Amino acid sequence: MSEPLLTTERLGKQFGALRAVFGVSLEFEPGVVHAIIGPNGAGKTTLINLLSGNLLPSDGRIHYRGQDITGMSPDRISQLGVGRSFQKTNIFPTFTCFENCWLAAQSRRPSSMRFFRPARRLADVEARALGALETCGLGERRDTLAAEMSYGEQRQLEIGMMLATEPDLLLLDEPLAGMGSEEATQVIGLLRRLAEEHTLILIEHDMDAVFAIADLITVMVNGEVLETGSVEQIRNSAEVQQAYLGVEEDEV
Amino acid sequence: MFRTSLTTNLILIGLLVVLAALPPFLGIYYGNLVTRLMILGIFAMSLDLLIGFTGLVSFGHAAFFGLSGYILGILMMDTETASIYWVLPACLGVTALASLVIGWFSVRTSGIYFIMITLAFAQMLFYFFNENTALGGSDGMFIFAKPTLAIGSWNPIDLEDHHTFYYVVLVSLILSYLGLRRLLNAPFGQVIQGIRTNEDRTRALGFATRRYKLVSFIIAGTLAGFAGFLEAMHTSIISPAHLGWHESGNVMMTVILGGIGTLHGPVLGAFAFGFLHDWLQDVTQHPTLYMGIFVIAVVLFLPRGIAGLPADIARWLRRKPPGDGGSPP
Amino acid sequence: MDFTSFLIQLLNSVQYGFLLFLVASGLTLVFGIMGIINLAHGAFYMFGAYIVWWLFGFTESLTLSILLGVPLIMLLGLAIERLAIAHLYQRDHLYQVLLTFGMILVLNECQKIFWGTDFYSVPVPEVLSGSIPLTENQVYPVYRVFISIVCMLIAAGMYLLIQKTRLGMTIRAGASNREMVQALGVNINWVFAVVFSLGAGLAGFAGMIGAPVSSVYPGMGDQILIISFVVVVIGGIGSIKGAFIGAMLIGLADTFGKVLVPDFASMAVYATMAVILLWRPQGLFGQSAH
Repeated sequence: MSEPLLTTERLGKQFGALRAVFGVSLEFEPGVVHAIIGPNGAGKTTLINLLSGNLLPSDGRIHYRGQDITGMSPDRISQLGVGRSFQKTNIFPTFTCFENCWLAAQSRRPSSMRFFRPARRLADVEARALGALETCGLGERRDTLAAEMSYGEQRQLEIGMMLATEPDLLLLDEPLAGMGSEEATQVIGLLRRLAEEHTLILIEHDMDAVFAIADLITVMVNGEVLETGSVEQIRNSAEVQQAYLGVEEDEV
Repeated sequence: MFRTSLTTNLILIGLLVVLAALPPFLGIYYGNLVTRLMILGIFAMSLDLLIGFTGLVSFGHAAFFGLSGYILGILMMDTETASIYWVLPACLGVTALASLVIGWFSVRTSGIYFIMITLAFAQMLFYFFNENTALGGSDGMFIFAKPTLAIGSWNPIDLEDHHTFYYVVLVSLILSYLGLRRLLNAPFGQVIQGIRTNEDRTRALGFATRRYKLVSFIIAGTLAGFAGFLEAMHTSIISPAHLGWHESGNVMMTVILGGIGTLHGPVLGAFAFGFLHDWLQDVTQHPTLYMGIFVIAVVLFLPRGIAGLPADIARWLRRKPPGDGGSPP
Repeated sequence: MDFTSFLIQLLNSVQYGFLLFLVASGLTLVFGIMGIINLAHGAFYMFGAYIVWWLFGFTESLTLSILLGVPLIMLLGLAIERLAIAHLYQRDHLYQVLLTFGMILVLNECQKIFWGTDFYSVPVPEVLSGSIPLTENQVYPVYRVFISIVCMLIAAGMYLLIQKTRLGMTIRAGASNREMVQALGVNINWVFAVVFSLGAGLAGFAGMIGAPVSSVYPGMGDQILIISFVVVVIGGIGSIKGAFIGAMLIGLADTFGKVLVPDFASMAVYATMAVILLWRPQGLFGQSAH
């Protein structure tokens, strides 16, 4: 068993009287696809925000590759190799697809405090940006304005931008949100390919997708971890069914 | 992202040719006016860098414009002449330092706080000069002696000659524009445009956005200082009003009027605004009243400014149903 | 500085602070609830002073002038809200700043057209024109104490309004979540109109009651506006409590600044702001991420 890539130690976040996340201690192994599921309001997105540095924890610590990253700013965490995609599409609408990925790719340069030579001459950035575009399936759309693309394409761009930063760990917040089944199948395929060379932490509501690609599943309810286990384990867990899946089946 | 079409580039070159050819046709008054408007164009472009390309709405930009003029005045107070080779860098240096200090405080805030803080710092500088009797207080001071380009006894360009100075300003305007274009196409320019469009995402991509905002603030402030230096050279006076919030509001107005985030738009805005103001002063006792109404009208009806007009008109024309025989709007 | 001088300056600080609070609270309410930055807010203060001077010419009574004047200012506020401000709700801050900047130009010029550029004064009412003896040879004007007391009552009234009435509850709810309040069926436009007029009325009243002390002159609106901004920024946007504390702090900084460092008095206010922002960029009681 290798060293975990990311660990959280009794991680918690409080908003006034609301405990959004409490006592979360998890280990994320390298190369593993680790899904986080749970009903709405379970604290999943809050957890991702804590891991990416967008929120400051109220309690607990986070370690990445053995380094304590608790309280680090999002940009520093990104530079460490942690990529993030957002649930609510968070792209640059007035830029083209290529420009979106370009800026993401440029972030891996040692410094962007350069004022004279044209950015477009940076061949390494261009290669990274085009590579990311191809991987996420938007190679044909490079000069289309992001705002003019379909919702599904924008979600693909969301992932593409993350990939252009060449992360080792991918934090994916509902990548399939709002997608039709055909689009979803494509993205699931993409995630499977990414899983071969990256570590994934994936929040998703689409259970078929989760069961198809996850190696490990953590179920969260009311801000706390209910159970962590393999797909089989979670599927057969009575507790989980009662807390989450059971509710869903009744509703269907 | 920032890009200009071939048409725009050609039009801009055309306008520059016109500006270059104008002086023989302009009398002293209009020659001075156009010189002043070109200086305001530089000032406006520097603010566009902040507002239009970094997303920082600064309401205290005039602080740097006026500060530079005062430094010139102070440096020239007790001398007959001085060399521009150290006077100009000194003015720019002080202005850059001021923008570093003010910027450091200001970029820690955002949105409305940023607007108010930049305003308040500018007011601080305003009062400093306004209450400083050694520097002329609220009347300001005359700058009798001017720095020259002379090296020894060789004076390549006589800055005192208004005609020559016109061309010096024109070249400054062109260089400023080209310099900013270069900046916007460089890696730095890419990042600040990302910040303007979506700061959160830019940060999530791994950029320390606060640092970039600060650098942008310093560059914009220094360029405004350059414009202020030219202004003080041109008019030979500097007063606290140059730092005041009316000045900040006016330059913001020219940026909107011309078109935010276009870079050339604000220069057009400076000219439109300047000529309007000049004309109003001739025809009415209350030019400020009509300027105010004009400002309100532009905000309500022309948010994309002059530079956005061709697109706005095209869109409006496309709305007309086919076969509608050109009924008046 | 001996104790009596200190006391006098302290009383002056408090009086100035209270007036600032009235003006700043309108500004912070309008921004907190409506999301609008209104640069022309100082114009209400200025018009308040001018209207009370003008009405005094007819009525010879400060009280009557104020009673007539406040509704007038509130009407002016309502008119401006309906005609201009209502267009700004969905717009960027940049456009709000510019539009209200244009309004300042127009309103300042209107003031000059109506009432000229002279300085005017409004006499203190007879009954309040006495002085309170502090020591053998130092006194303090009754009227200034009166101002502080009246403002304190108004501040208390505002507190009751905001904390204890339904309107106040709606206002507080609107300040935290505008869309939700609308979704609950409250006529948000009406609430906005009320809040804006209230803010205008407060600023106008401050101009009126302060007129005997500060005189009536062109540009007085601009001056108080900038300082009110500083107060709002220090206190935190949208916070009445912040506006109160900020106003008192600025009252102290400005008054004692003028006495202790007269050459840098005006800068004392901004230096205070810089220090506070260094410590808390969102102001003392402001919310961190807007």
